[in-house]
Amino acid sequence: MHILKNLRRSLLLLSAMLLAGCNTVLMNPSGDIANQQGRLIVVSTVLMLIIIIPVIALTVFFAWRYRQSNKEATYSPDWDHSTQLELAIWAAPLLIIIALGAITWISTHTLDPYQPLRRLDAQRAIPAEAKPLVVEVVALDWKWLFIYPEQGIATVNELAAPVDRPISFKITASSVMNSFFIPALAGQIYAMPGMETKLHAVINKPGEFEGFSANYSGAGFSGMRFKFHGLSNGDFDQWVQKVKAGKDGELTRELYQKKLEVPSEREPVRHYASVDPALYDAILNLCVDRSKMCMKEMMAIDADGGLGKPGAFNVATKQAWQADSLDSPKRKYVTAMCTTEE
Amino acid sequence: MLQNLDLTKLVFGRLSWEAIPFHEPILLATFAGVVLGGIAVLGALTYFKLWGMLWRDWITSIDHKKIGIMYIILGLVMLLRGFADALMMRAQQAMAFGDNAGFLPPHHYDQVFTAHGVIMIFFVAMPLVTGLMNFVVPLQIGARDVAFPFLNNFSFWMTTFGAGLVMASLFVGEFAKTGWLAYPPLSGILFSPDVGVDYYIWSLQIAGVGTLLSGVNLLATIVKMRAPGMTMMKMPVFTWTALCTNVLIVAAFPVLTAVLALLSLDRYVGTNFFTNDLGGNAMMYVNLIWIWGHPEVYILILPAFGIFSEVVSTFSGKRLFGYASMVYATVVITILSYLVWLHHFFTMGSGASVNSFFGITTMIISIPTGAKIFNWLFTMYRGRIRFELPMMWTIGFMITFVIGGMTGVLLAVPPADFVLHNSLFLIAHFHNVIIGGVLFGMLAGITYWFPKAFGYKLDPFWGKCSFWFWIVGFWFAFMPLYILGLMGVTRRMNHFQDMSLQIWFQVAAFGAVLIALGIASFIIQLVVSFIRRESLRDTTGDPWNGRTLEWSTSSPPPAYNFAFTPRVHDNDAWSDMKARGYQRPLEGFSPIHMPKNTAAGFIIAALAAVGGFAMIWQMWLVAGIGFVAMLAAVIIHTFNYKRDYHIPTEEVVSTEDARTRLLAAHV
Repeated sequence: MHILKNLRRSLLLLSAMLLAGCNTVLMNPSGDIANQQGRLIVVSTVLMLIIIIPVIALTVFFAWRYRQSNKEATYSPDWDHSTQLELAIWAAPLLIIIALGAITWISTHTLDPYQPLRRLDAQRAIPAEAKPLVVEVVALDWKWLFIYPEQGIATVNELAAPVDRPISFKITASSVMNSFFIPALAGQIYAMPGMETKLHAVINKPGEFEGFSANYSGAGFSGMRFKFHGLSNGDFDQWVQKVKAGKDGELTRELYQKKLEVPSEREPVRHYASVDPALYDAILNLCVDRSKMCMKEMMAIDADGGLGKPGAFNVATKQAWQADSLDSPKRKYVTAMCTTEE
Repeated sequence: MLQNLDLTKLVFGRLSWEAIPFHEPILLATFAGVVLGGIAVLGALTYFKLWGMLWRDWITSIDHKKIGIMYIILGLVMLLRGFADALMMRAQQAMAFGDNAGFLPPHHYDQVFTAHGVIMIFFVAMPLVTGLMNFVVPLQIGARDVAFPFLNNFSFWMTTFGAGLVMASLFVGEFAKTGWLAYPPLSGILFSPDVGVDYYIWSLQIAGVGTLLSGVNLLATIVKMRAPGMTMMKMPVFTWTALCTNVLIVAAFPVLTAVLALLSLDRYVGTNFFTNDLGGNAMMYVNLIWIWGHPEVYILILPAFGIFSEVVSTFSGKRLFGYASMVYATVVITILSYLVWLHHFFTMGSGASVNSFFGITTMIISIPTGAKIFNWLFTMYRGRIRFELPMMWTIGFMITFVIGGMTGVLLAVPPADFVLHNSLFLIAHFHNVIIGGVLFGMLAGITYWFPKAFGYKLDPFWGKCSFWFWIVGFWFAFMPLYILGLMGVTRRMNHFQDMSLQIWFQVAAFGAVLIALGIASFIIQLVVSFIRRESLRDTTGDPWNGRTLEWSTSSPPPAYNFAFTPRVHDNDAWSDMKARGYQRPLEGFSPIHMPKNTAAGFIIAALAAVGGFAMIWQMWLVAGIGFVAMLAAVIIHTFNYKRDYHIPTEEVVSTEDARTRLLAAHV
């Protein structure tokens, strides 16, 4: 009785949930990449249900059929082996996993976020003359900076892109790990300091979509959200003009250090009419502070074989900016390597 | 240098009155509750003159059965703490919408979810698993104790003092605000300068030593101390899963120790393993922690699989279907669990081929797991199923766990993971397998072996209440999270703008309340069973018509477990003995060689905790003294040659005669 009642309740609940589940942003997104990812969820789930549903049904059926009070059911206490049955129970999941594995291999390669797009959507290929819109994304404590090198503008906590134009995101972070995620557009990718990740995507429908950090990054994490606007070409140009007329002026390295790099929560949208073209590269190489040596330079020295043992001593260093308040070893970073000529 | 010496600083480090959270009403109330409860317990112990008993029979005990029971008590106590955190999170997320900021500011909320994860994995699931293995494995293999009884006591106290440090962080200072795996750079000194991450590091390091040593101990026990005739392929399945779990512990925990040691070097002496500057690489930490972290989930689930195997076979009154394939499946899972760690960070920019490799290896694990499920299914087939509590938990597990397994395989498809990673869908998935798998398994195990440990069964009425509250509560609490995940809601949020999500969080909070009733029912069950123990008494030692050796001895077993070491001819050894008309030997007893109690484990672990606490607060002098005292205690213990004794024949005879009379009186 209990089992049946519970079963009926969970079935009702399940169908209500399926209805709710179909209409969610992941199942019904507006960008081609997210769309393919959503369909992959459905296909994989259906494949696995081929095994799962019979298992649940058999569990309930066997539990009921072979209950102790049912004396009609066969009882064979010593039956514990059947080669055919055991082959079948290993083979059934194996076959499903072979199918799913093949789907995984193919879809992981076709939907690799680092690969440039191959199509606008299921029907349309990428026009030959299309050049992707490049957006450089920086996750800061706790806000998002978007730099548009082609347009020469930058925004905080607002992102826009024309519909049906491939977008190429380059993503990094200023301090800790975040994850750049616009569910309606495409899957997420981490934003990590000193590293660059990439994402290629396209938005197929105009509209206003949610974007946020999907990886916990500290106290201001919950408010680290932005709006992503899918705009027609004309509207996008207007939006660019609006940003260029923005009151926040030029985003220089100094402004970045003073305003953006310091932690703040729930920042309003900001529009920078122009931006230092070297800023993104400096953020990525952890050298917005001009006194710091850029990571790529340090790596180039290392790639050339380094400076040897004496190099470890001939280094000009500087304390990191938060270190003074700490009662712990002082943090240092490299400012320059000293050579004899200097 | 010397003139800068500041004695206050050397003794107290950065500990000051400011570290006590007088301004947090929730913590103050908790603290008051703990103090009052503590005084009540201590008073009762004194009033009933139980201190001596507690010290002699439990704290210094090296009997594997008592240590097993203490592990389980630790796990259940910490479950209350971890679940209190869960209720606070559910309440916060159900109310913090729009203008309502909820009752937990980020500073507090972030500690709550970190502590919840750390406690539930390290101090609930691990002690429950280790406790059951400790209690059951020696009995199942016909041994009188584990291979290294003193080490066992020491391991237990290290785990307990590790848990104690986490609890101390509630009232002295704060816990980490980094998430349960403390990814750098966030957990580095620049972004987490306070004591939270240090509490995290030292509690896990101290408990980790305990876990590793108990892994070594049980491994040696299973390999070296099986009863004659018990070849590897005649071991009970629970012992097999315990063997594989302990292999995993021994291979995986040193990685955790190493990665936490590197993080502490970064924090304490200014190295740059995981920092942003000077060539540090935070992704190295993420790789290392998951090379431990993924095997860890199999460390938890494999013993649960073992328990289900024992329970299904016992309560179906039937041999386990496909014993050999069950064993091979367990071994395959053990090996494969090392080849999948990268699936925890597909979204950190690995190439498509790397992601596919780890995605597919992850899926392959579902093949042996699926085979196990089918084996249980066909054990039930043509059985005579008795729906006692352990069996109900098992059926609840089979129906719940397959859903969690399915969503797990789904998350292993990298492009799907790109949209589901870090979402509430992921949270629902791993609670689905950890609650539906590990926790149901532990509850099945506790109800199954409880009569063996205490000599009376658990009250079935309150057990059934607990079961239904848990299972219905689970579905209410976590199905909404699956949906929210598909709505693109991410984890660890303490506030939401989108009002349309609120109803789902309220349903989830309702589910959490049902689970609270399930936990309450479980506690009531323990109390009611204790009160009704005479009517629930198990006089036979074999209340469930069991199949393995632990049911051949009395309930509770004598200190020496078996008066004569049993001989094994079949993998259901006790079933086989019963079928062949086994007669209990009534004479021919000889003295039994047993290990002796010692306080060394408790003392060394307590000193380790003092040292850890001092390191957290940078009390260098205290830390140094603690470390030296700990070394001294270890050295002194090595000079203790009074480590064993013999139970005289007369005592064995009187114990066995008492059992003979008991069995005769209840025929």
